[in-house]
Amino acid sequence: MALQMLWCEVTACVGALALLWENGASSKMATESIPVEAPVDDELELVNSARRGDTAAFSLLVGRYEGKIFRLAMNITQNREDAEDVLQEAFLKAYEHLDQFHGNSKFYTWIVRIAVNQALMKLRKRRSDRAVSLDEQIDTGEDTVIREIAAWDPDPEEQFSREELHEILAGAIDELAPIYKTVFTLRDVDGLSTEETAEALDLSVPAVKSRLLRARLQLRDKLTRFFKRKGDDAFAYM
Amino acid sequence: MLTCKEFLAELTDFLDEKTEAEIRGKLERHLAECPNCWVVCDTTRKTIQVYKGMSQCTIPEDVHSRLMAAVERKMAAKDSSS
Repeated sequence: MALQMLWCEVTACVGALALLWENGASSKMATESIPVEAPVDDELELVNSARRGDTAAFSLLVGRYEGKIFRLAMNITQNREDAEDVLQEAFLKAYEHLDQFHGNSKFYTWIVRIAVNQALMKLRKRRSDRAVSLDEQIDTGEDTVIREIAAWDPDPEEQFSREELHEILAGAIDELAPIYKTVFTLRDVDGLSTEETAEALDLSVPAVKSRLLRARLQLRDKLTRFFKRKGDDAFAYM
Repeated sequence: MLTCKEFLAELTDFLDEKTEAEIRGKLERHLAECPNCWVVCDTTRKTIQVYKGMSQCTIPEDVHSRLMAAVERKMAAKDSSS
């Protein structure tokens, strides 16, 4: 059986969810680096200190996660102004409700969940006529069809300068639909487990796995354009 | 032997090393015999690796400043009410 057919069968699926998002502004953002990440094992201690009124402790938590939460908010809202609102609302809500964080999960998972809810509320306001959720049913489609099969250079990232590589990776991820971008970022970039990602996004574990597979395959496809071994022709399936 | 469709369905767990030994053996046998799936698996693994290096993210300075100002206002308000 032609492999093309197999891939096409397997790969069913565009999230109907993608339709819920408009094509918004690019999520590329500029500029300053956030402080280098510290280990998270002092997190509960920081939360407890913040609860007792230690404002410096809460500021440390903000500094640790503001970049990631802003990126997440950009991924979902696709709009810088909305993303900034979401960022502020998430941390202010977290501060207000610190007593509800019991340390059963990571503080990051908890703040992601708050930020996702705030971001979805923003989207609902934009489209008051329909509900918005991250757990929409998935339609059949071609967004995970494997288009090119070509081996990569052994160390593809070494073929580019740091800036070029960053631009390639950011550009590829930016082309993903928001739900795939969000799942991929939390799972593969931020390093949350599948279960933590499911908890943070209020999705089932199978839904996270399915979106993660689609995100990974789409990114692989996009990066093949840049990273394939020189002299090799890509084997095109479509 | 697994089909390519079955292989792809297990790819995420396989790359995350979450598959049970029996399934893993079947996936590895499929990989040894299917060059296309080998390339897809290898390049997907590399995709994940290159993005892991991107974990540091950026926030515009003005966004950071406004966030910290909002947080400080909230803290001050909580302080004065307690």
